[in-house]
Amino acid sequence: MREPTVRTQKIKKDTTRTRLIFFGILALILIICSVFCEYLTPYDPYLQDLKNAKAPPSLSHLFGTDRYGRDMLSRVIVGSKASIFSTLLLVGLVTVLGTMAGVFGGWHGKRIDTVLMRISDMFLAFPGLVFAMAVAGVLGGGLQNAIIALMAISWPKYARIARSETLVQKEAPYLKAARLSGSGTLKIVFKHILPNIIGPILVTSMLDIGTMMMELAGLSFLGLGAKPPTAEWGSRMSDARSLLSSAPWVTLSPGVAIFISVMIFNLLGDTIRDYADPKSRGR
Amino acid sequence: MDQPALKVSHLTKVFTRKGQPDFTAVDHVSFSIQAGECAGLIGESGSGKTTVVNMITRLLDPTGGSIVLNGEDITRMRGKELRKVYARMQMVFQTPAESFDPRCTLGDGIGESLRNNGRSRRETRDEVARLMEVCGLSADFASRYPHQVSGGECQRAAIARALAIKPRLLICDEATSSLDVTIQKEIIALLNKLRREKDSDLSILFICHDIALVQQFCNRVLVLYKGKIVEQGEVDAVIRNPQDPYTRRLIDSIL
Ligand SMILES: Nc1ncnc2c1ncn2[C@@H]1O[C@H](COP(=O)(O)OP(=O)(O)OP(=O)(O)O)[C@@H](O)[C@H]1O
Ligand SMILES: [Mg+2]
Repeated sequence: MREPTVRTQKIKKDTTRTRLIFFGILALILIICSVFCEYLTPYDPYLQDLKNAKAPPSLSHLFGTDRYGRDMLSRVIVGSKASIFSTLLLVGLVTVLGTMAGVFGGWHGKRIDTVLMRISDMFLAFPGLVFAMAVAGVLGGGLQNAIIALMAISWPKYARIARSETLVQKEAPYLKAARLSGSGTLKIVFKHILPNIIGPILVTSMLDIGTMMMELAGLSFLGLGAKPPTAEWGSRMSDARSLLSSAPWVTLSPGVAIFISVMIFNLLGDTIRDYADPKSRGR
Repeated sequence: MDQPALKVSHLTKVFTRKGQPDFTAVDHVSFSIQAGECAGLIGESGSGKTTVVNMITRLLDPTGGSIVLNGEDITRMRGKELRKVYARMQMVFQTPAESFDPRCTLGDGIGESLRNNGRSRRETRDEVARLMEVCGLSADFASRYPHQVSGGECQRAAIARALAIKPRLLICDEATSSLDVTIQKEIIALLNKLRREKDSDLSILFICHDIALVQQFCNRVLVLYKGKIVEQGEVDAVIRNPQDPYTRRLIDSIL
């Protein structure tokens, strides 16, 4: 006789795995699309065709065309490069830099730690997106500056997680053993501390991809991110605002693209969190 | 050559905690261990044994006193210098399972000191295999993770790790107390064999609650009580004629 509890646990673990594979593949498809987007467009996304402007979705133009008659599907596909790629770049950079700051502070402790944490408090004291808008505004628009602005508001979160995890690991007997084995600080940090703290950090950054994509699109929407003619989704939506009543598809298609990608990355993040949680994983 | 392998003088550790009075965990502890000697350090739980050896290995900064290893003062050493010292001094931790990185295999852990001292990957692998055999572990344990082995197996791996770099001084912090009696015997036999093998050059500081085991295994005994050494001397002499009331109680409790 098998106990029922054992069975439910098994089933749960299995769905986590399948979900992980499923959303992983979806996310991978999105990323591959964004890498090879130039080759995937049915039309030239920058080719204007004024005769055919504001055409509603049809078989030849699945998402319709914009006010200059450019094919919306092609523009959405090309926009994935700016949107998805910059988001991943942003999340990657902020994960690495935030983690570095946190580990550095946690490892050194004392004054360096206090200074770093006070700085991160300062950044956290401002309401996030408003602060990002201010930073992007000061730096001037452009995708690059929008990325810098969003990094400025999001690194403290990573630094804090990395710091508290480092503090826990620092007291662990295995680190004393590593020191006794003659390992230097660099080796201890990279070989022992990082692998032991990277789990929760990665989960956070996976969950952040969706948010960051939204915020990046938001900044672009406000004119503080990607500049025309870059087909970034947020700036496309903003650009087509005035057409919302006459040609809603021009606004909606990048919106749907954002919605779908954010959802995929969020679900992937959730799944990875479930997977990394030792309670749902019977090792 | 008549330098002691380890000489500790007036070693003191005061823990300061916020909102609480200072706590002197180790109070002016002085002793020395001759080359080839095996000294037992006994004392009840909380008497400061682990604190003493953590200071000797410089994993914990002493509040006062000095530690001299083979005539070299290591009390204030840091960084690279200290790492060189660790090639001569090793410790088996009180909690073997937690003293291995959960993300690294036992083989990695055992070989770490070899890799850090310039041995190639291949040499390290062979040496790790040899050490594990010496410590009674089969070769496939090298690729296992700490959570995949039993406490006793982990203990053996911890001993293998401490021996890897061929230290002159080996500190065993209750290396046998989490094991059952038969395995405890095997480990003692292993340590005894190593002592003889090495032309009795290996000095051991052996921490343990069990005075009978100390009597069997050690030449000399140090009795720690509330952070102070209350008695030290030849094991048999101390057991036959204890001077300190705590030692007397300790011995009475066993006999
Ligand atoms: N980091 C610390 N901060 C404050 N007090 C500490 C700290 N580490 C140890 N102590 C205290 O110092 C005393 C000695 O601890 P220690 O670990 O050396 O005991 P021990 O003799 O090894 O005991 P056991 O046999 O249980 O391992 C204990 O009372 C303990 O509470
Ligand atoms: Mg102890």
